[in-house]
Amino acid sequence: MKCEDVSKELIPYLDRRANSADRHEVEEHLAACSACHARAEELRRLWSVLDEVPIVEPSLGFDARMRARIAEEPQPRWFRWFVPQPRLALSIALLLAVSVWMSRLPQDNSGLAGSAQSEHEQFQVIKNLDVLENYDVLSKFDALDEVPAEQPAQPDKQNDQQQQDDGG
Amino acid sequence: MTRSDVQLMLDVKAGDDSSFNLLLQKYRTPLVNFLYRMVRDTATAEDLAQEVFLRVYRARKQYSPSAKFTTWLFRIATNLALNSVRDNRHRQMEVSLDATPVDEDVAPLQLPTREMRIDEHMVERDRADFIRGVISALPEKQRVAVLLHKYEEMDYGEIARILDCSESALKSLLFRAYETLRVQLAPLVSPPARHAGKEAHHEM
Repeated sequence: MKCEDVSKELIPYLDRRANSADRHEVEEHLAACSACHARAEELRRLWSVLDEVPIVEPSLGFDARMRARIAEEPQPRWFRWFVPQPRLALSIALLLAVSVWMSRLPQDNSGLAGSAQSEHEQFQVIKNLDVLENYDVLSKFDALDEVPAEQPAQPDKQNDQQQQDDGG
Repeated sequence: MTRSDVQLMLDVKAGDDSSFNLLLQKYRTPLVNFLYRMVRDTATAEDLAQEVFLRVYRARKQYSPSAKFTTWLFRIATNLALNSVRDNRHRQMEVSLDATPVDEDVAPLQLPTREMRIDEHMVERDRADFIRGVISALPEKQRVAVLLHKYEEMDYGEIARILDCSESALKSLLFRAYETLRVQLAPLVSPPARHAGKEAHHEM
């Protein structure tokens, strides 16, 4: 081990935290190198000098001041625990608002059958849309004139009469 | 049975403020001393120590025992102390822009007439204060490393985590720091007859 290599392991050697292999290498080098040996001895004395610095005790009011500052701290509330972040709180609030709004929308109570019938009627309208939009066809459609006036009271008889007229 | 620091902190997290008082009793003196050696002002050191404990208390709900409690505690303390030292240095620079630089803690270590200034220090201040001054003149990272190693007796892994460096880098850092201290405190460390010849040889 060279002098440069000892420098990194000298402190762990002196504070007795070096592993046995490193300790052995440092001891071998110190035995052979008088300069590093002298340096190690001075570092030992340095540590004794550093120990001369007295310990400073905190003032008598330290604990009281600390307790007062702790007492001033806002206590945790249940909803803060429940909602730890403002963004999360806003998201939850928006979700709830949308859910309430959706639940209050008017609902179609006719059921699936009614819904299917409505879809069928819409499909028929769409299928005949070209015809309905063609004004020439509609203006020459004389058959419309033969449509009788609305007689909701006797629909069956009207149908029978129409069939007889067609057959005659 | 004595509860570990981690267990005490977990109890604080669960709402037991008496456990926080136990941690306060245990670490207020080491913390105030560490901070005093960093900032060299008793009132500032106490204020910073209170701030450290307050931050620990405020963070109690998020505490998870991923590292030793002291690593967390002294990491907060180190950051606060370094910020305080930098702020104070900045303020002093602003105040003394037009004044003669007579910072007694720093100037003696940089001037060629260091021997004379050290003697003046020995007259004006007591020995302990002189040692504190030399320690506080170390570069920030070296100072923290020495304080945690020498006075808090932390292991290398813990100090490395606080300083956010590798253990190998920490060992080099500590060696450089102690070498600087050995040279600067030579009048106290070496026998008087050997001073003059050694300083030139070991100057960092």
